[in-house]
Amino acid sequence: MGYIAVKGGSDAIHQAKELVEFYRVKEQTPPVSIEQIRTQMRLACDKVISEGGLYAPEYAAIALKQSEGDVFEAAFILRAFITTLQRRYYSETINTREMFIRRKISASFREIPGGQVLGPTRDYTQRILDTSKIDETLEDIRQFLTRFEASIDAGKIQEITSYGKVIDLLKREGLLKGVGNAEDTTLKDITREAIKFPAPRSARLQMMARSETGGLMALGYSSMRGFGNTHPTVGELRYGTVPVRVKDSSGRVRYIGKIEVTEAEMITTMKTSKKNSVPLYSIGYGLCFGQNDTKAICMGILDRAMRSPEGNAPANDAEFVLYHTEGIEAMGFTNHLKLPHYVTFQAGLSNIRQAVERANAPAIAKAEPVEG
Amino acid sequence: MIENKKYKNSYNFAFIDESTKKEVRRKLLKAVAIPGYQVPYSSPEMPISRGWGTGGLHVTLAIIGREDIFKIIDQGSDASVNACNLREFVQAMTGCKTTYDTTEATLIQTRHRITEEELREDQIFVFQVPMPEPLRSVERYEYRTRQMHGEADYAKMWVSLYESFVRHGGIMRGADYPVKVNGRYIMAPSPIPRWDIPNLNQSKTLYLFGAGREKRLYAVPPYTTVEPLEFEDVRFTIEKFDNLCYKTGYRRAFLDELYLDDGSRHFVINDSNFLDKIEQGGEIKPFINPYIQQIEL
Amino acid sequence: MSALLRVRNLTKIYGEPGERTLEQTGPEWNSNICPETDSIVACAGVSFDLYPGEVLGIVGESGSGKSTVVKLLYFDMEKTAGSAWLRPYNDGRTNMLEASGQQKRYIRNHLMGTVYQNPRDGLNFSFSSGGNIAEKLIMAGSLHVGSIRERASFLLEKTEVPVRRMDDTPASFSGGMQQRVQIAKAIANNPPLLFLDEVTTGLDVSVQAKVLDLIRELQQELGIAMIVVSHDLSVIRMLTDRTLVMKHGRVVESGLTDQILQDPQHAYTQLLVSSLL
Repeated sequence: MGYIAVKGGSDAIHQAKELVEFYRVKEQTPPVSIEQIRTQMRLACDKVISEGGLYAPEYAAIALKQSEGDVFEAAFILRAFITTLQRRYYSETINTREMFIRRKISASFREIPGGQVLGPTRDYTQRILDTSKIDETLEDIRQFLTRFEASIDAGKIQEITSYGKVIDLLKREGLLKGVGNAEDTTLKDITREAIKFPAPRSARLQMMARSETGGLMALGYSSMRGFGNTHPTVGELRYGTVPVRVKDSSGRVRYIGKIEVTEAEMITTMKTSKKNSVPLYSIGYGLCFGQNDTKAICMGILDRAMRSPEGNAPANDAEFVLYHTEGIEAMGFTNHLKLPHYVTFQAGLSNIRQAVERANAPAIAKAEPVEG
Repeated sequence: MIENKKYKNSYNFAFIDESTKKEVRRKLLKAVAIPGYQVPYSSPEMPISRGWGTGGLHVTLAIIGREDIFKIIDQGSDASVNACNLREFVQAMTGCKTTYDTTEATLIQTRHRITEEELREDQIFVFQVPMPEPLRSVERYEYRTRQMHGEADYAKMWVSLYESFVRHGGIMRGADYPVKVNGRYIMAPSPIPRWDIPNLNQSKTLYLFGAGREKRLYAVPPYTTVEPLEFEDVRFTIEKFDNLCYKTGYRRAFLDELYLDDGSRHFVINDSNFLDKIEQGGEIKPFINPYIQQIEL
Repeated sequence: MSALLRVRNLTKIYGEPGERTLEQTGPEWNSNICPETDSIVACAGVSFDLYPGEVLGIVGESGSGKSTVVKLLYFDMEKTAGSAWLRPYNDGRTNMLEASGQQKRYIRNHLMGTVYQNPRDGLNFSFSSGGNIAEKLIMAGSLHVGSIRERASFLLEKTEVPVRRMDDTPASFSGGMQQRVQIAKAIANNPPLLFLDEVTTGLDVSVQAKVLDLIRELQQELGIAMIVVSHDLSVIRMLTDRTLVMKHGRVVESGLTDQILQDPQHAYTQLLVSSLL
């Protein structure tokens, strides 16, 4: 049988698309609604909006449904979606001191203004598989909510306000190191220009805000385990909503809504080269969309680590950290190995064959008897 | 009244918004003005994976017009799966006519090959580039390679070619062989085989290169000198096949190696449109260069 | 005969110096560190002339600034103040310390060679020893593999490195042989000026002697001007015509090597000479 040129390319990809859709629905289970995904898979949606770089939880839910729960694919879908949207404004700087707190903890002090508020977290639960979730009904949910609301003390609600930050305490006492002239404070928009190194802090933080959580986690972890010397303390970890404002065409600042963010301020010391100068604290900063403690904390660790490029661990190397935690690019390029490479391979084959010929040539020459 | 357009999917012509297209075109002009120099650009995300052709797409979509006739190939083949996917995307976003015929196309996007048929002045040829930095194999840091290009400090590149020769008796670079453009910048021509390298030199057509993931654009304008790096006594060579296409008997093209079900080995012309034309007895206008001319017909 | 290299007021200060920093540091103060600003004066006010074919020694202990002088002249570091004119570069009319990056690279490739104390600073261990020499030759414009290999073999032979190891990387060589490859690389383009920065420190005594012999032979044969940095007076005695003695960043004594060894003037030099084995 002769070789049949691959003319069926179009057909093949269409069939594959049909097939993957088949796999998504073949069990004929009731279609899951976007609302269900957005509300009951909240943290998956938070990861998708964070890594996709687009605050749109509902669209994240659609993407998760479309991709059968593959967070990489869903974040990718959102990123691609951004390209179709018009860019109209840059927001005014968001001050997280205005945050309506849902969660606020500090590992640095036992008690902080406003108290340690655990908020919605699974940190102190036991990770025991809960099989009762199999039989959960809407009625169960209603009952839970009724009980929950009844237990809220309406009188205490008025006491809720916004809170000063732990780092403000340190600043007041003069213990925080100023940013200084050496730091590059230019503001870049990394979605509009390619990053060049050395990159200013604004670019590094932006890239990390969109980075893949697992990648940041691995490098942050390495930095704590001896491949680096950053062992910071959580100065403050906050999760809540912050208001977003833009300037309209007449110059007036307008409130356009609020978004959920997680913010981490990691307190670390900075080594000084001068003798007799005080080693002040500096902050490693992390901020991401949605609720994602791990990402914010690791951002803080790596922000601090990248400000000491003289360290020789991977976490100190800004080029290494930023290029390789960019999830969309990493996923794309690692997977591109699946594309046909037979021409590239053929080009290499030719070289190897010639090298083998050259290596065997003297042996053949020796074997030939010399004719007189 | 604020119209609720939430779920309506309508796209701008060629998918990318106009200001981004302008940015890409400005950067392309800069690239053309400095042949071989890598220009950083914003590289917005596309619905295609990074590493699968987003850079080539950026260039194509930024410059394509409604009258363009678009061709796209992958490893020389129009029907390759990724080429099909990208072709459908471009077609859906522009409504342009698409073709498999190299001579009919006005805009051609390629992954890892130049066509066997010679390209003309009225055509534009766009390369998909995985690794735009030719010095990456000898220097891992971007800030250093930028400096090396700025100061034309290419010694490390040359030494790596010398070392390759010393260790293996030949320069073992296969595809993506480094070239010097316009006597100044060393450039990565994308993983095209050495066979295609001479066709970059003094070509009639405009060559544009897009590396989406790495966010760089570069260009080789028409009639620009492009020289593969070679020593005076260790020269650049193209792939040697010592074979002919088993379907057409043609020798002067890059051949694919095939293994049939009975284990026998055959070679066939890689460029699918070129193969079709020869098989059907159509007219062909192949590139001519000194390396190809040395192969007997 | 005019000087090959003229250096005036070469100064390197780390940190932020004040007005009185230079006054408050140096050998009289026994310190490089400015008491007011904590800046470090690595070297200051260093001036000398070097004539073609001459060998100048710079001797001092750690912190004396001797290595700094050479690093500044070889462009491994940026100066704080001072000038240097090299006759083959623009006829000695341009201060090479203020040349552009590209010009500095040209000077380094064509007019200078350096041998470092640590071979990893001067050699690329991912290239073969021949490849390291090839790098210098290629930077000077040679693109013929045959001639490159011929010249590399010639240089390796001259520095007594077995030519059959030309295609091996220096990682597998002994310390002494690594230094000899460095020397071969440094003289590859026949530079008029060679810097030798503590090149035998860290080598076994017998190996030291061999390397020093080699350097002396090469110098006599090729007539290269050299600046030899060492904390070891015996190395200085063996190789150099004239010497600068440095302490805490300043030159405390200078003159003919023989004279300094026989009749040291400055207290510190006397100390050094007396401890010479």
